[in-house]
Amino acid sequence: MSTAVEATHHDAHHDHKPSGIGRWLFTTNHKDIGSMYLLFSLTMFFVGGAMAMVIRAELFQPGLQLVDPHFFNQMTTVHGLVMIFGAVMPAFTGLANWMVPMMIGAPDMALPRMNNWSFWILPFAFMILLGSLFMEGGGPAFGWTAYAPLSTSYSSDSTALFVFSVHIMGISSIMGAINVIVTIMNMRAPGMNYMKMPLFVWTWFITAFLLIAVMPVLAGAVTMMLTDKYFGTSFFDAAGGGDPVMYQHIFWFFGHPEVYIMILPSFGIISAIIPAFTRKRLFGYSSMVYATAAIALLSFLVWAHHMFTTGMPVFAELFFMYCTMLIAVPTGVKVFNWVATMWKGSMTFETPMLFALAFVILFTIGGFSGLMLAITPVDFQYHDTYFVVAHFHYVLVTGAIFSVMAAAYYWLPKWTGHMYDSTLAKTHFWTSVISVNVLFFPMHFAGLAGMPRRIPDYATQFADVNQITSIGGFAFGLSQLIFLWVVIKCVKGGEKADAKPWEGAEGLEWTVPSPAPYHTFEKPPKVD
Amino acid sequence: MKPLWALLAMLSLPASAESQLNLTKGVTEVSNRVYDLHMTIFYICCAIGVVVFGLMFISMIRHRKSKNPKPANFHENVKVEIAWTIIPLLILVGMAIPATTTLIAMEDTSEADVTIQVTGSQWKWHYKYFENDVEFFSRLATQQEQINNKFTKSENYLLEVDRPLVIPTDRKVRFLVTSDDVIHSWWVPDFAVKKDANPGFINETWTKVDEPGIYRGQCAELCGKDHGFMPVVVIAKEPAEYEKWITDIEAKQEAARQREQELLSMEMSKEELMDLGEKVYNSTCAACHQPNGQGVNGVFPALAGSGVAVDPEAKSKHIDIVVNGVSGTAMQAFGQQLSMQELAAVITYERNAWGNETGDLIQAADINKVMNQ
Ligand code: HEM
Ligand SMILES: [Cu+2]
Repeated sequence: MSTAVEATHHDAHHDHKPSGIGRWLFTTNHKDIGSMYLLFSLTMFFVGGAMAMVIRAELFQPGLQLVDPHFFNQMTTVHGLVMIFGAVMPAFTGLANWMVPMMIGAPDMALPRMNNWSFWILPFAFMILLGSLFMEGGGPAFGWTAYAPLSTSYSSDSTALFVFSVHIMGISSIMGAINVIVTIMNMRAPGMNYMKMPLFVWTWFITAFLLIAVMPVLAGAVTMMLTDKYFGTSFFDAAGGGDPVMYQHIFWFFGHPEVYIMILPSFGIISAIIPAFTRKRLFGYSSMVYATAAIALLSFLVWAHHMFTTGMPVFAELFFMYCTMLIAVPTGVKVFNWVATMWKGSMTFETPMLFALAFVILFTIGGFSGLMLAITPVDFQYHDTYFVVAHFHYVLVTGAIFSVMAAAYYWLPKWTGHMYDSTLAKTHFWTSVISVNVLFFPMHFAGLAGMPRRIPDYATQFADVNQITSIGGFAFGLSQLIFLWVVIKCVKGGEKADAKPWEGAEGLEWTVPSPAPYHTFEKPPKVD
Repeated sequence: MKPLWALLAMLSLPASAESQLNLTKGVTEVSNRVYDLHMTIFYICCAIGVVVFGLMFISMIRHRKSKNPKPANFHENVKVEIAWTIIPLLILVGMAIPATTTLIAMEDTSEADVTIQVTGSQWKWHYKYFENDVEFFSRLATQQEQINNKFTKSENYLLEVDRPLVIPTDRKVRFLVTSDDVIHSWWVPDFAVKKDANPGFINETWTKVDEPGIYRGQCAELCGKDHGFMPVVVIAKEPAEYEKWITDIEAKQEAARQREQELLSMEMSKEELMDLGEKVYNSTCAACHQPNGQGVNGVFPALAGSGVAVDPEAKSKHIDIVVNGVSGTAMQAFGQQLSMQELAAVITYERNAWGNETGDLIQAADINKVMNQ
């Protein structure tokens, strides 16, 4: 599709980077910032994972053995927040920082100084959030959704810190999103029109608009929460003329687009990897773009499907049911396109491809349970049970997280200049994919059989299912240490990677040497 | 492929396999329709899954590089792409039709025979029958020792209550669902009824049960620390038996109210007050303030050695807090939940237990004074 005419040897001469701690603190280089985001995300993945292990250990058997219910609620809440805002979103932002400029032939992000800020405020946000766990009365314990009035009248004083940290996360995301949009609109190499952009760039472009649209909504919701709790307003307090269900409307108007924020970039990643290892062009490029845009638009019309049991009028329930079901159509188009890309291809199964294939199958399973959840009358039975927990972990873990892993394995040679240990990487894949299903698949059954979510103890009939689930959980947790090992090993050394280590890979990022020099594309490449 | 293994592993589990793995069919017409809808959609998803994953696996086997070194060249086909937009759309319409009719049936709360108000609060349910002068609280009946693994767990561990809701079979029972504090959700899977209990607002739902029996459910909305310990138990009785039950309980509650009035002029001894007080404390107050009165730092205030419970001046404030609650906090108004005698006893207990030494005795008459202020 495109060729670069960059004089790479010229680059090599003045590819010096600043040294010492200052390089990282003050850097405006998109690659450094990308690496820091990815490292931060990996750290948070392990922090949130440790909390998940606490949850699964407590649920290993009926009865309370390790933690008290109040602490259990703090663990589920902070696990959810850390995974969403600390692991998945920063991972995608890290990938965007690294790859978007390289994919569109730009030397850096458009607003590099802001880029530095949007990263560095994140560690503070999470220090505040995690620090609140050590406060008197404990950290947030009202679920990541923070429904009022549990979060207003009935929460501990760490709520103020929770709100503050969410504000910072939101500011960071918005700054990151603005940067992505400006970069994509202004810095594309000559000749790269919109319909020639790689899909990862497209999906991030759309994601960034979603972020800008909804993060202020979240900020508004938590601010109202804060004033209700501390300044005597009653937005969500019926006694003062407010309405607790309004909180849910506002929250999910943010929350539903948010779940697409966590999956659209995955679609872009998978649309890069499958063609590369199939040695065949992506099937239906333009319908992929339209489908992504359609999903993003629909995501604003379906928020109330999280609220079917709150007592909405029946016509509202019908409207939100129909809209939600509709999302299955563009999502289906994407899956069919990936399958059609594989069809009659010439496939090999390197680690990124393995993760991408697992993504397609497991994300689709998550999509099926999503479709089931869309059917309002049945959702009354599924809602707030482990069926939902199974559903969203299929889309978040085997969807979002698997795509990030696929991306890491795909671009690691480009980032580090080394090939990773592929035996180890494949071991990571197989242990992960098996354990993740042992972990989350039985949760469907627990939910159908009637186990509510967010409970620290359960009736004895759910014991077997929970035991299997917990064993899967520990295995999945341990498997991720292999990932850490692969990454560390690859950063430290290993077989030299070619500029284009994957035979079928396409795109401007493969036209620069590996590791990618500190400064790339100072002269824009030409795209035809 | 992997999920299939897990599925097989699950199927080989011992006993009660059916109820462990799937939605219940339930015992109402609506719950049966919901079950059918669930199975229909499940089968459709499976069918689509078989086709999509099947094609993928065929492709992975036949179109690998070793078998097919030269990839094909196609990357677009408008006809195919339109087909796989339209066909799923039609399938969705096919699903939406039964879903719509079922939903409309579920939401029709008109013409009920019996109306019951269900109020959630941390962490119990309150039931109030509109046609009769009957109301009561329903709490978890599982002993704390079972939860803490000291005693063996009973058969209905965590799914048993002290006073279950009783409803008639073959009658349309309407529920008005609301809450005293945070949002709860009243859920009985066998009826396919789940409705949020929102403070300050009333939601409606209904059921018509075909078979007599005991049906169990749980609160389904995170409502604080004891969210996992808030079961719902409903007993459905034949209409005649139900009538007998409700008139019995009505008479009993009336008698209790009269006894309560008589008690107002009676003084209880310290031993009696402390004995009853300890029982009430452990069943009602200890969940938050802890059995030793120490509370939970930063969440629930301690009573032992601090605050109103040790302040000799604060006797009436203490009564007021227990009777009327503290608005905006987890401290509920127990005035409606406990009898005056129980209230008097528990306040006496709090003022004289765990080393508290106010020496105050509270009598039912003191409570009555605060209540009628
Ligand atoms: C090691 C893998 C993981 C395990 C074992 C795990 C396990 C769990 C468990 C047991 C719960 C509590 C469910 C409940 O009681 O409601 C939970 C909640 C949740 N998890 Fe995970 N999880 C994992 C990874 C992830 C990841 C990667 C994400 C996000 C990308 C995620 C997002 C969430 C969210 C949003 C919640 C809901 C929190 C809430 O109820 O407020 N989890 N997880
Ligand atoms: Cu509840």
